[in-house]
Amino acid sequence: MWKRDEAQKPTVSQPPAPAPVTPSQPASAASQPEFRRIERDMVNIGKSVVIKGELNGSEDLTIEGHVEGKIELKDHVLTIGPNGKIKAQVFAKAVIVLGEVNGNVTATEKVDIRDGGSVDGDIISPRVAIAEGAHFRGSVDMQRKGAQPAVATVKDTPKPAASQPAEKAQPQPTGAR
Amino acid sequence: MGLSDLFSRRRKDNTDSDAGASDAPAHPTKALPKFLATLNQRQQPLLLDLGPVVGQTLTFFGEQLGCKIFVEDLAKDIDRQAKEGKPEDPAAFYAQRFPQETGSIDGILCWDLFDFIDKVSGQALAKQLSRILRPDGALLGFFNTAEPAPGTKPHYTRYVVVDPSHLQHRPYSGQQPRLKPLNNRDIQRMFEPLRVTEQFLLKSTMREVLFRKPSA
Repeated sequence: MWKRDEAQKPTVSQPPAPAPVTPSQPASAASQPEFRRIERDMVNIGKSVVIKGELNGSEDLTIEGHVEGKIELKDHVLTIGPNGKIKAQVFAKAVIVLGEVNGNVTATEKVDIRDGGSVDGDIISPRVAIAEGAHFRGSVDMQRKGAQPAVATVKDTPKPAASQPAEKAQPQPTGAR
Repeated sequence: MGLSDLFSRRRKDNTDSDAGASDAPAHPTKALPKFLATLNQRQQPLLLDLGPVVGQTLTFFGEQLGCKIFVEDLAKDIDRQAKEGKPEDPAAFYAQRFPQETGSIDGILCWDLFDFIDKVSGQALAKQLSRILRPDGALLGFFNTAEPAPGTKPHYTRYVVVDPSHLQHRPYSGQQPRLKPLNNRDIQRMFEPLRVTEQFLLKSTMREVLFRKPSA
Protein backbone atom coordinates (compact mmCIF):
# COMPACT_ATOMS: atom_id res chain seq x y z
CA MET A 1 0.00 0.00 0.00
CA TRP A 2 2.71 2.35 1.03
CA LYS A 3 4.61 1.57 -2.10
CA ARG A 4 1.56 2.29 -4.14
CA ASP A 5 1.07 5.69 -2.55
CA GLU A 6 4.66 6.62 -3.05
CA ALA A 7 4.52 5.49 -6.60
CA GLN A 8 1.49 7.63 -7.21
CA LYS A 9 2.87 10.73 -5.56
CA PRO A 10 5.43 11.54 -8.16
CA THR A 11 2.91 11.21 -10.91
CA VAL A 12 0.62 13.56 -9.06
CA SER A 13 3.30 16.04 -8.16
CA GLN A 14 4.76 16.18 -11.62
CA PRO A 15 1.86 17.53 -13.59
CA PRO A 16 1.85 20.87 -11.77
CA ALA A 17 5.47 21.36 -12.72
CA PRO A 18 4.94 21.51 -16.45
CA ALA A 19 1.93 23.73 -15.86
CA PRO A 20 3.98 26.94 -15.53
CA VAL A 21 5.89 25.89 -18.62
CA THR A 22 2.71 25.58 -20.64
CA PRO A 23 2.44 29.33 -21.02
CA SER A 24 4.91 28.72 -23.77
CA GLN A 25 2.18 29.88 -26.13
CA PRO A 26 3.48 33.44 -26.21
CA ALA A 27 6.92 32.04 -27.01
CA SER A 28 5.58 30.31 -30.07
CA ALA A 29 3.81 33.51 -31.05
CA ALA A 30 7.02 35.41 -30.50
CA SER A 31 8.81 33.36 -33.07
CA GLN A 32 6.82 35.05 -35.79
CA PRO A 33 7.61 38.12 -37.86
CA GLU A 34 10.10 40.86 -37.00
CA PHE A 35 7.42 43.42 -36.26
CA ARG A 36 5.37 41.79 -33.59
CA ARG A 37 2.98 42.74 -30.89
CA ILE A 38 4.25 41.35 -27.60
CA GLU A 39 1.51 42.53 -25.33
CA ARG A 40 -1.48 44.71 -25.81
CA ASP A 41 0.37 48.01 -26.11
CA MET A 42 3.93 47.11 -26.90
CA VAL A 43 5.60 46.60 -30.23
CA ASN A 44 8.98 45.11 -30.94
CA ILE A 45 11.25 45.94 -33.85
CA GLY A 46 13.50 42.96 -34.43
CA LYS A 47 17.24 42.69 -34.91
CA SER A 48 17.23 42.50 -38.67
CA VAL A 49 15.02 45.55 -39.22
CA VAL A 50 16.60 48.78 -40.48
CA ILE A 51 14.46 51.89 -40.50
CA LYS A 52 15.53 55.18 -42.04
CA GLY A 53 13.22 58.11 -41.52
CA GLU A 54 10.68 59.20 -38.97
CA LEU A 55 9.15 56.80 -36.50
CA ASN A 56 5.97 57.95 -34.72
CA GLY A 57 3.81 55.91 -32.44
CA SER A 58 1.29 55.89 -29.64
CA GLU A 59 2.29 52.72 -27.85
CA ASP A 60 5.34 51.40 -26.06
CA LEU A 61 8.08 50.25 -28.39
CA THR A 62 11.15 48.07 -28.10
CA ILE A 63 13.83 48.42 -30.76
CA GLU A 64 16.37 45.68 -31.33
CA GLY A 65 17.20 46.75 -34.88
CA HIS A 66 18.70 49.87 -36.47
CA VAL A 67 16.90 53.18 -36.70
CA GLU A 68 18.19 56.34 -38.34
CA GLY A 69 16.28 59.61 -38.33
CA LYS A 70 13.78 60.58 -35.67
CA ILE A 71 11.74 58.62 -33.13
CA GLU A 72 8.71 60.17 -31.48
CA LEU A 73 6.64 58.22 -28.97
CA LYS A 74 4.56 60.79 -27.20
CA ASP A 75 3.40 59.53 -23.77
CA HIS A 76 5.00 56.13 -24.25
CA VAL A 77 8.06 54.16 -23.31
CA LEU A 78 10.83 53.50 -25.78
CA THR A 79 13.22 50.67 -24.99
CA ILE A 80 16.37 50.27 -27.01
CA GLY A 81 17.28 46.64 -26.56
CA PRO A 82 20.84 45.29 -26.25
CA ASN A 83 21.01 44.80 -30.01
CA GLY A 84 19.38 48.11 -30.87
CA LYS A 85 21.40 50.80 -32.64
CA ILE A 86 19.84 54.22 -32.94
CA LYS A 87 21.19 57.16 -34.86
CA ALA A 88 18.35 59.51 -34.29
CA GLN A 89 16.75 62.21 -32.25
CA VAL A 90 14.51 60.57 -29.71
CA PHE A 91 11.40 61.98 -28.04
CA ALA A 92 9.37 59.85 -25.63
CA LYS A 93 7.81 59.72 -22.19
CA ALA A 94 10.53 57.40 -20.93
CA VAL A 95 13.56 55.98 -22.65
CA ILE A 96 15.37 52.85 -21.50
CA VAL A 97 18.72 52.24 -23.19
CA LEU A 98 20.41 48.86 -23.23
CA GLY A 99 21.88 49.25 -26.71
CA GLU A 100 23.49 52.19 -28.54
CA VAL A 101 22.07 55.64 -29.10
CA ASN A 102 23.78 58.30 -31.14
CA GLY A 103 21.70 61.44 -30.95
CA ASN A 104 19.83 63.66 -28.57
CA VAL A 105 17.30 62.10 -26.22
CA THR A 106 14.36 64.03 -24.80
CA ALA A 107 12.02 62.39 -22.30
CA THR A 108 9.19 63.93 -20.33
CA GLU A 109 9.66 61.49 -17.45
CA LYS A 110 12.88 59.52 -17.37
CA VAL A 111 15.95 58.39 -19.27
CA ASP A 112 17.49 55.20 -17.97
CA ILE A 113 20.85 54.05 -19.38
CA ARG A 114 21.36 50.52 -18.16
CA ASP A 115 24.54 48.49 -17.77
CA GLY A 116 26.03 48.00 -21.24
CA GLY A 117 23.92 50.80 -22.71
CA SER A 118 25.56 53.68 -24.53
CA VAL A 119 24.43 57.22 -25.30
CA ASP A 120 26.40 59.77 -27.29
CA GLY A 121 24.28 62.88 -27.28
CA ASP A 122 22.48 65.35 -25.10
CA ILE A 123 19.78 64.27 -22.68
CA ILE A 124 16.88 66.43 -21.61
CA SER A 125 14.73 64.80 -18.94
CA PRO A 126 13.63 65.53 -15.37
CA ARG A 127 15.10 62.23 -14.24
CA VAL A 128 18.18 60.48 -15.53
CA ALA A 129 19.62 57.19 -14.32
CA ILE A 130 22.98 55.95 -15.55
CA ALA A 131 24.19 52.52 -14.49
CA GLU A 132 27.86 52.02 -13.65
CA GLY A 133 28.65 49.94 -16.69
CA ALA A 134 26.98 52.38 -19.04
CA HIS A 135 28.69 54.74 -21.48
CA PHE A 136 27.57 58.34 -21.74
CA ARG A 137 29.05 61.32 -23.50
CA GLY A 138 27.12 64.53 -23.85
CA SER A 139 25.16 66.82 -21.63
CA VAL A 140 22.35 66.26 -19.16
CA ASP A 141 19.67 68.87 -18.61
CA MET A 142 17.21 67.91 -15.92
CA GLN A 143 15.27 71.16 -16.26
CA ARG A 144 14.57 73.12 -13.12
CA LYS A 145 10.85 72.47 -13.55
CA GLY A 146 11.31 68.81 -12.69
CA ALA A 147 13.66 69.72 -9.89
CA GLN A 148 11.24 71.83 -7.85
CA PRO A 149 10.39 69.18 -5.23
CA ALA A 150 14.00 68.11 -4.86
CA VAL A 151 15.10 71.71 -4.32
CA ALA A 152 12.59 72.00 -1.51
CA THR A 153 14.17 69.04 0.27
CA VAL A 154 17.66 70.40 -0.19
CA LYS A 155 16.82 73.96 0.69
CA ASP A 156 18.26 73.53 4.16
CA THR A 157 21.47 72.05 2.75
CA PRO A 158 23.08 73.68 -0.27
CA LYS A 159 21.23 77.00 -0.69
CA PRO A 160 21.44 78.86 2.55
CA ALA A 161 23.70 76.32 4.16
CA ALA A 162 26.09 75.68 1.34
CA SER A 163 28.92 76.53 3.65
CA GLN A 164 27.36 74.82 6.67
CA PRO A 165 28.05 71.23 5.65
CA ALA A 166 31.73 71.99 5.92
CA GLU A 167 31.24 72.90 9.54
CA LYS A 168 29.05 69.88 10.07
CA ALA A 169 31.81 67.76 8.65
CA GLN A 170 34.25 68.97 11.28
CA PRO A 171 33.48 66.37 13.94
CA GLN A 172 33.91 63.59 11.39
CA PRO A 173 36.85 61.29 11.98
CA THR A 174 38.49 62.37 8.75
CA GLY A 175 40.42 65.37 9.89
CA ALA A 176 41.16 68.24 7.60
CA ARG A 177 43.45 71.10 8.00
CA MET B 1 26.77 23.04 -11.13
CA GLY B 2 24.04 24.14 -8.75
CA LEU B 3 22.18 27.40 -8.91
CA SER B 4 23.80 28.58 -5.71
CA ASP B 5 27.23 27.98 -7.28
CA LEU B 6 26.23 30.12 -10.22
CA PHE B 7 25.10 32.95 -7.99
CA SER B 8 28.17 32.80 -5.80
CA ARG B 9 30.36 32.92 -8.91
CA ARG B 10 28.49 35.90 -10.23
CA ARG B 11 28.87 37.64 -6.88
CA LYS B 12 32.58 36.94 -6.92
CA ASP B 13 32.89 38.28 -10.46
CA ASN B 14 31.12 41.45 -9.43
CA THR B 15 33.43 42.09 -6.54
CA ASP B 16 36.44 41.56 -8.75
CA SER B 17 35.42 43.95 -11.46
CA ASP B 18 33.61 46.56 -9.46
CA ALA B 19 34.63 46.40 -5.86
CA GLY B 20 32.29 47.80 -3.23
CA ALA B 21 29.31 49.22 -4.97
CA SER B 22 26.59 50.74 -2.86
CA ASP B 23 27.86 49.44 0.50
CA ALA B 24 31.09 51.45 0.35
CA PRO B 25 31.46 53.84 3.30
CA ALA B 26 30.79 57.55 2.87
CA HIS B 27 33.80 59.82 3.40
CA PRO B 28 33.48 63.40 4.59
CA THR B 29 34.47 66.03 2.08
CA LYS B 30 35.44 69.58 2.90
CA ALA B 31 35.86 71.06 -0.53
CA LEU B 32 32.62 69.86 -2.10
CA PRO B 33 30.37 72.12 0.03
CA LYS B 34 32.49 75.12 -1.02
CA PHE B 35 32.27 74.05 -4.64
CA LEU B 36 28.48 73.72 -4.33
CA ALA B 37 28.29 77.18 -2.81
CA THR B 38 29.94 78.70 -5.88
CA LEU B 39 27.57 76.85 -8.20
CA ASN B 40 24.57 77.89 -6.18
CA GLN B 41 25.15 81.51 -7.06
CA ARG B 42 24.10 80.81 -10.66
CA GLN B 43 20.61 80.22 -11.99
CA GLN B 44 21.30 77.11 -14.08
CA PRO B 45 25.01 76.45 -13.65
CA LEU B 46 26.89 74.68 -16.41
CA LEU B 47 28.93 71.86 -14.94
CA LEU B 48 31.59 69.77 -16.58
CA ASP B 49 32.18 66.29 -15.15
CA LEU B 50 35.39 64.61 -16.28
CA GLY B 51 34.18 61.24 -15.11
CA PRO B 52 34.00 58.42 -14.48
CA VAL B 53 30.28 58.87 -14.99
CA VAL B 54 28.18 58.16 -11.92
CA GLY B 55 24.42 58.34 -12.32
CA GLN B 56 23.79 59.25 -8.69
CA THR B 57 26.24 62.14 -8.85
CA LEU B 58 24.70 63.49 -12.04
CA THR B 59 21.28 63.21 -10.44
CA PHE B 60 22.51 65.16 -7.41
CA PHE B 61 23.84 68.04 -9.49
CA GLY B 62 20.98 67.96 -11.98
CA GLU B 63 18.02 67.57 -9.66
CA GLN B 64 19.19 69.36 -6.56
CA LEU B 65 21.23 72.19 -8.04
CA GLY B 66 19.53 72.42 -11.42
CA CYS B 67 22.85 72.12 -13.24
CA LYS B 68 23.19 71.40 -16.89
CA ILE B 69 25.93 68.81 -16.88
CA PHE B 70 28.42 68.10 -19.63
CA VAL B 71 30.09 64.74 -19.38
CA GLU B 72 33.52 64.23 -20.93
CA ASP B 73 34.60 60.89 -19.54
CA LEU B 74 38.38 61.28 -19.44
CA ALA B 75 38.69 58.27 -17.13
CA LYS B 76 37.76 56.12 -20.12
CA ASP B 77 40.29 57.95 -22.32
CA ILE B 78 43.04 57.38 -19.77
CA ASP B 79 42.22 53.70 -19.55
CA ARG B 80 42.14 53.36 -23.34
CA GLN B 81 45.42 55.22 -23.70
CA ALA B 82 47.04 52.90 -21.16
CA LYS B 83 46.25 50.04 -23.54
CA GLU B 84 46.66 51.69 -26.93
CA GLY B 85 49.26 54.34 -26.25
CA LYS B 86 49.15 58.01 -25.38
CA PRO B 87 48.45 60.74 -27.95
CA GLU B 88 51.61 62.11 -29.55
CA ASP B 89 50.50 65.67 -29.09
CA PRO B 90 48.58 65.97 -25.79
CA ALA B 91 47.91 69.68 -26.38
CA ALA B 92 46.17 68.98 -29.68
CA PHE B 93 44.33 66.02 -28.20
CA TYR B 94 42.86 68.00 -25.31
CA ALA B 95 42.14 71.03 -27.48
CA GLN B 96 40.01 68.77 -29.66
CA ARG B 97 38.51 66.95 -26.67
CA PHE B 98 37.02 70.12 -25.21
CA PRO B 99 34.96 71.92 -27.82
CA GLN B 100 33.26 74.11 -25.18
CA GLU B 101 33.53 77.86 -25.68
CA THR B 102 36.06 79.86 -23.73
CA GLY B 103 34.70 80.99 -20.35
CA SER B 104 31.45 79.08 -20.74
CA ILE B 105 31.54 76.60 -17.82
CA ASP B 106 30.64 77.48 -14.22
CA GLY B 107 32.17 74.49 -12.50
CA ILE B 108 34.44 71.56 -13.30
CA LEU B 109 34.68 68.27 -11.46
CA CYS B 110 38.13 66.78 -12.04
CA TRP B 111 37.96 64.24 -9.22
CA ASP B 112 41.38 62.52 -9.01
CA LEU B 113 42.14 62.30 -12.75
CA PHE B 114 45.39 64.23 -12.49
CA ASP B 115 46.85 61.38 -10.42
CA PHE B 116 46.80 59.22 -13.55
CA ILE B 117 48.16 61.68 -16.13
CA ASP B 118 51.80 62.55 -16.72
CA LYS B 119 52.91 66.15 -16.26
CA VAL B 120 52.96 67.12 -19.95
CA SER B 121 49.46 65.81 -20.54
CA GLY B 122 48.34 67.28 -17.23
CA GLN B 123 49.51 70.72 -18.27
CA ALA B 124 47.73 70.44 -21.60
CA LEU B 125 44.54 69.34 -19.88
CA ALA B 126 44.74 72.01 -17.19
CA LYS B 127 45.22 74.67 -19.89
CA GLN B 128 42.01 73.63 -21.62
CA LEU B 129 40.09 73.48 -18.36
CA SER B 130 41.16 76.94 -17.30
CA ARG B 131 40.23 78.19 -20.77
CA ILE B 132 36.65 76.93 -20.69
CA LEU B 133 36.03 77.94 -17.07
CA ARG B 134 34.24 81.27 -16.74
CA PRO B 135 35.76 84.03 -14.61
CA ASP B 136 34.85 83.27 -10.94
CA GLY B 137 34.10 79.69 -11.91
CA ALA B 138 35.35 76.85 -9.69
CA LEU B 139 37.25 73.65 -10.31
CA LEU B 140 37.39 70.79 -7.84
CA GLY B 141 40.30 68.37 -7.92
CA PHE B 142 41.52 65.58 -5.68
CA PHE B 143 45.22 64.75 -5.45
CA ASN B 144 46.75 61.86 -3.60
CA THR B 145 49.72 62.74 -1.44
CA ALA B 146 50.98 59.18 -0.93
CA GLU B 147 52.56 56.89 -3.48
CA PRO B 148 50.50 53.80 -4.25
CA ALA B 149 51.59 50.78 -2.22
CA PRO B 150 53.81 48.45 -4.25
CA GLY B 151 51.92 45.56 -5.80
CA THR B 152 48.62 47.42 -5.72
CA LYS B 153 46.51 46.60 -8.75
CA PRO B 154 45.68 49.69 -10.82
CA HIS B 155 42.26 50.99 -10.02
CA TYR B 156 40.22 54.14 -10.45
CA THR B 157 37.57 55.55 -8.17
CA ARG B 158 34.00 56.56 -8.81
CA TYR B 159 33.00 59.42 -6.52
CA VAL B 160 29.35 59.29 -5.58
CA VAL B 161 27.81 62.34 -3.95
CA VAL B 162 25.84 61.00 -0.99
CA ASP B 163 25.03 64.46 0.37
CA PRO B 164 26.71 67.87 0.17
CA SER B 165 29.37 66.88 2.68
CA HIS B 166 29.88 63.18 2.01
CA LEU B 167 31.25 61.21 -0.90
CA GLN B 168 31.24 57.50 -1.40
CA HIS B 169 34.40 56.14 -3.00
CA ARG B 170 33.75 53.19 -5.28
CA PRO B 171 36.97 51.70 -6.63
CA TYR B 172 37.00 49.72 -9.86
CA SER B 173 39.82 48.08 -11.72
CA GLY B 174 41.61 49.74 -14.62
CA GLN B 175 44.82 49.68 -16.66
CA GLN B 176 46.60 52.87 -15.71
CA PRO B 177 48.33 52.87 -12.31
CA ARG B 178 48.40 55.99 -10.20
CA LEU B 179 51.52 58.08 -10.88
CA LYS B 180 53.88 59.82 -8.49
CA PRO B 181 51.97 62.37 -6.40
CA LEU B 182 52.16 65.98 -7.52
CA ASN B 183 53.44 68.47 -5.00
CA ASN B 184 51.66 71.72 -4.18
CA ARG B 185 53.87 73.86 -6.36
CA ASP B 186 53.42 71.56 -9.36
CA ILE B 187 49.67 71.71 -8.95
CA GLN B 188 49.60 75.48 -8.65
CA ARG B 189 51.80 75.93 -11.71
CA MET B 190 49.89 73.41 -13.73
CA PHE B 191 46.58 75.19 -13.22
CA GLU B 192 47.76 78.76 -13.66
CA PRO B 193 46.03 81.22 -14.06
CA LEU B 194 43.54 79.52 -11.72
CA ARG B 195 44.07 80.28 -8.05
CA VAL B 196 43.92 77.77 -5.22
CA THR B 197 41.28 79.14 -2.86
CA GLU B 198 40.75 76.17 -0.55
CA GLN B 199 42.89 73.20 0.21
CA PHE B 200 42.17 70.34 2.61
CA LEU B 201 44.41 67.46 3.49
CA LEU B 202 42.29 64.55 4.63
CA LYS B 203 43.38 61.68 6.86
CA SER B 204 42.99 59.41 3.86
CA THR B 205 46.07 61.24 2.39
CA MET B 206 43.81 62.77 -0.21
CA ARG B 207 44.24 66.47 -0.85
CA GLU B 208 41.06 68.27 -1.92
CA VAL B 209 41.78 71.44 -3.83
CA LEU B 210 39.31 74.10 -4.92
CA PHE B 211 40.49 76.43 -7.68
CA ARG B 212 38.85 79.65 -8.81
CA LYS B 213 39.39 81.54 -11.99
CA PRO B 214 40.15 85.19 -11.24
CA SER B 215 37.43 87.52 -12.46
CA ALA B 216 38.38 89.33 -15.64
